[in-house]
Amino acid sequence: MQFGIFTVGDVTTDPTTGRTPTEAERIQAMVTIARHAEEVGLDVFATGEHHNPPFVPSSPTTMLGYIAAKTERLLLSTSTTLITTNDPVKIAEDYAMLQHLADGRVDLMMGRGNTGPVYPWFGQDIRNGISLAIENYALLHRLWREDVVSWEGKFRTPLQSFTSTPRPLDGVPPFVWHGSIRSPEIAEQAAYYGDGFFHNNIFWPLEHTQQMVALYRRRFEHYGHGSADQAIVGLGGQVFMRANSQDAKREFRPYFDNAPVYGHGPSMEDFTAQTPLTVGSPQEVVDRYATMREHVGDYQRQLFLMDHAGLPLKTVLEQLDLLGGEVVPVLRKELAIGRPAHVPDAPTHASLVAKAGGAHDATVYAAADDVTGASPEVATVTR
Amino acid sequence: MTGGATNRRTLAVVSAGLRQPSSTRLLADRLTEATVNALGQKGLDVDVHVIELRELAHPLTDALLTGFSSGPLREAIDTVTRADGVVAVTPIFSGSYNGMFKNFVDVLEQGALAGTPVLLGATAGTARHSLALEHELRPLFSYLRSVVVPTGVFAATDDFGAVEGRAGSDDTAPLVVRVDRAGRELADLVAARTPREVHDPFASPTSFEDLLAGR
Repeated sequence: MQFGIFTVGDVTTDPTTGRTPTEAERIQAMVTIARHAEEVGLDVFATGEHHNPPFVPSSPTTMLGYIAAKTERLLLSTSTTLITTNDPVKIAEDYAMLQHLADGRVDLMMGRGNTGPVYPWFGQDIRNGISLAIENYALLHRLWREDVVSWEGKFRTPLQSFTSTPRPLDGVPPFVWHGSIRSPEIAEQAAYYGDGFFHNNIFWPLEHTQQMVALYRRRFEHYGHGSADQAIVGLGGQVFMRANSQDAKREFRPYFDNAPVYGHGPSMEDFTAQTPLTVGSPQEVVDRYATMREHVGDYQRQLFLMDHAGLPLKTVLEQLDLLGGEVVPVLRKELAIGRPAHVPDAPTHASLVAKAGGAHDATVYAAADDVTGASPEVATVTR
Repeated sequence: MTGGATNRRTLAVVSAGLRQPSSTRLLADRLTEATVNALGQKGLDVDVHVIELRELAHPLTDALLTGFSSGPLREAIDTVTRADGVVAVTPIFSGSYNGMFKNFVDVLEQGALAGTPVLLGATAGTARHSLALEHELRPLFSYLRSVVVPTGVFAATDDFGAVEGRAGSDDTAPLVVRVDRAGRELADLVAARTPREVHDPFASPTSFEDLLAGR
């Protein structure tokens, strides 16, 4: 079971001080938060991808590449990578490059973004959202698995004998999750490929999450990737903790009441009852999240949103201390109890390499060097 | 879902009245009674579900802000979506349906009322607002692709005091006559349809082969 954090990368005014961080401060804070996630023993850091204020992370692989250099173990991921508006060719290249630099500590989550206007900014049309997600991913999937791709589709120029470089590290593409809140088509897509399915349920009632995950599991089995309980499931989460439950509620309430998305709407009490948001002691968080598997089955990845709504960096780091120190170690133990042996862990680079029968260099050498016209000697010994 | 009993129909009654007691609710009840009676004459039993939007005013605002609905609002949405027929009644505010009525329409899933027979009613202080029913409510339900019965029933305060069976001073048919006519029209449409089956995308998703082929 993997535990980690995911960030939206929002620049939000702290409602208790009225202070809004600069982009520079927010970007540095994200890096500090990622590094601290590793220090407190978490497994995963995932960043969102957004192309409009108040969000800063428009260039995830740049940020993740930097964090990769500053960390040792942390798995780097996205929440989400826009499979709709990014050119799948560029995604194939960027994330293969990141894979090499991070020594395989990379996976990614495909998503469709949270705002309509992002489509025309990148020359696309929101009405094609699902179709773009389907077609672009089908191409991306091939670009990472076939050295030479000829391809024609509806949404981008055809490819003739195209090779995406660098080839995936050790010949093994990064593991892919598909994130969707409400589209059964995306659960179907994840099931078809035998990829992971992440339900970002932080703003949604659990019944809905249950429905989406059940569909994904059923279809995962239908497509022959294993039994339904072997499908790879991830969930979102959102918590705020203090040693004393009442302190947590008092401190978080102004952030809740003014938060983007749900602020000025339901009361914190209603929202915590309806969604996975838990505000209280570390034990209350443990109790709540230990029951998630009763609704969605034994799952593989739990990500928490910790750094939003204008919470100051210092507070976020304290939250990570509590999460890594008091919550995750207990959850690891509790969730291991009764977990059937045939339920797999989330795939990692190492497990995927082992499954592929070992690492092999996947370099594709040019037939002839453009500058000298000569073929490199190694060209005959690889592949 | 009616569990296979083909002589049962469900009727959802949506009332956007704000006061209690509410003349909007009164009109809704009379339209419901007329519809149930007319369906009874056709040998059909009716399950009536009344949705008082007033009780859902806070959840409606929350749903608009958070993008999801749960609890009683979720139940109300499901009830209306699954109904074989709908009676929808609102007071007229500033020349149109009130905001709460529209909020409820706005949180329904796309296509939730497509093809559903709907009887529209409206109330206001005076008959000067009566055409709001035709110019505001009817187009809204055209957008929703509902099948709206020809008779919409408008009731001004006066109408509730009119003597039954006698035409009003402006030659309008009395309220009771219009209510009965509208109820019969809705009953005809509801009776003519097979009980509603709601497509569940989670039970039968589009297969990936079809998605890949752009179907």
